[in-house]
Amino acid sequence: MNVTIVDYQSGNISSVINSFTEVAEGKVNIEVTSDIKKIKHSDKIVLPGQGSFKSCVDSLNSINGLVDTLKEFAIVKNKPLLGICVGLQMFADIGYEETETKGLGWISGKVSKLDNQNGKFKLPHIGWNEINIIKDSKIFKNIKNNSHMYFVHSYEFVPEDKSVISATTDYSSNIVCSVEKENIFGTQFHPEKSDKTGLNLIQNFLNL
Amino acid sequence: MLKNRIIPCLDVKNGRVVKGINFVELKDAGDPVEQAKIYSDGGADEICFLDITASNENRDTIIDIVKKTSKECFVPLTVGGGVRTIQNITDLLLAGADKVSINTAAVKNVGFVKEASKKFGSQCIVVAIDAKNVSDNKWEVFTHGGRNKTGIDAVEFAKQVEFNGAGEILLTSMDKDGTKSGYDVDLLKAITKSTNIPVIASGGVGTLDHLYDGIVKGGASAVLAASIFHYGEFKIKDAKEYLNSKNVSVRL
Repeated sequence: MNVTIVDYQSGNISSVINSFTEVAEGKVNIEVTSDIKKIKHSDKIVLPGQGSFKSCVDSLNSINGLVDTLKEFAIVKNKPLLGICVGLQMFADIGYEETETKGLGWISGKVSKLDNQNGKFKLPHIGWNEINIIKDSKIFKNIKNNSHMYFVHSYEFVPEDKSVISATTDYSSNIVCSVEKENIFGTQFHPEKSDKTGLNLIQNFLNL
Repeated sequence: MLKNRIIPCLDVKNGRVVKGINFVELKDAGDPVEQAKIYSDGGADEICFLDITASNENRDTIIDIVKKTSKECFVPLTVGGGVRTIQNITDLLLAGADKVSINTAAVKNVGFVKEASKKFGSQCIVVAIDAKNVSDNKWEVFTHGGRNKTGIDAVEFAKQVEFNGAGEILLTSMDKDGTKSGYDVDLLKAITKSTNIPVIASGGVGTLDHLYDGIVKGGASAVLAASIFHYGEFKIKDAKEYLNSKNVSVRL
């Protein structure tokens, strides 16, 4: 099996590479690339993302044919794709970080700033928080409800269709932290930094 | 709910841990990678390396340590000490650090914080502020491990780094550092109340009660400690169980 971690200069992806390599144990081939041919021939794709919504979308768009290739992979061919952090946020139609920016539009919704209740809550939302699993998602196999995952973000994905939400977390509000729509998965938290529970989630994705 | 974080910090000099853990099971007490792994397995919420290597020639060793650690520890890894250029940050992140902590370079030019957070995202930019009490409820920023006075007010500086895109503040009291008499709670309060980004308390921890004070009285989102963990006085688990028993929420 070939799993591609999309390297589109979206910031620091070393931890994503390290965690997937650890879980793959050499049995799964992990490729880190923005090469469209290689992406087309992968079995699974991981779309990481750090920094702002706008900078990630701009980086994706700057690589010729990448967005179309990802769309063909995930939407036309229905192959498994996991978005992490801004990688998940980009599934939305639109994002409001820095300036209004068009997203991939794979799951209807918007990405807006967390409501910090007039400074009552610190932003970014950084640290370990419990996830409330509300949908029996395949990537949560053997992961208990209320497990801790590591978060670092100031914006959240608000999908229109609430049935795609697979987990939420409580901070200044109830935040969507995981989505599943058919073959498309996304986590707002960082499984690659969430210790054994995070590695379990990565294993589940590789096992799909 | 969001948990309060406990962050063990390892001081690394020329590739070796300066204050080592005296755990019997350790093959090499001075190996930062092995120690980081012990902390991570023990439930540390993050790991922090502070590179105190004096000479530039030996600075590649920290890169090597970060590379090895990030292949074994799957919790966030922060690296500080000598981070002065965008290239320094790039090198550390590529090696596997999740965040970098900037100290002197931020004091010299707060624009560097802005440049770094714009390039890499606020999520990986921590600004380390070393502060000393100068008069009633006044703290001044110091650099070079507390040796150099800057004349900059710590509270004002904290606001500035937040404005320039820092994701977190690592606040060390130079009066308390190494004393084991507890955090400077007044300093913590002053900074946590005037900023809206998470503050990590550092400097002065001697007992588990001090961790409680940092979070509950000082308003810190995370507590960093070195020696109480290094010398095996307490394990991370002890700290978490203690805080939990006092109704401070932690990841158990």
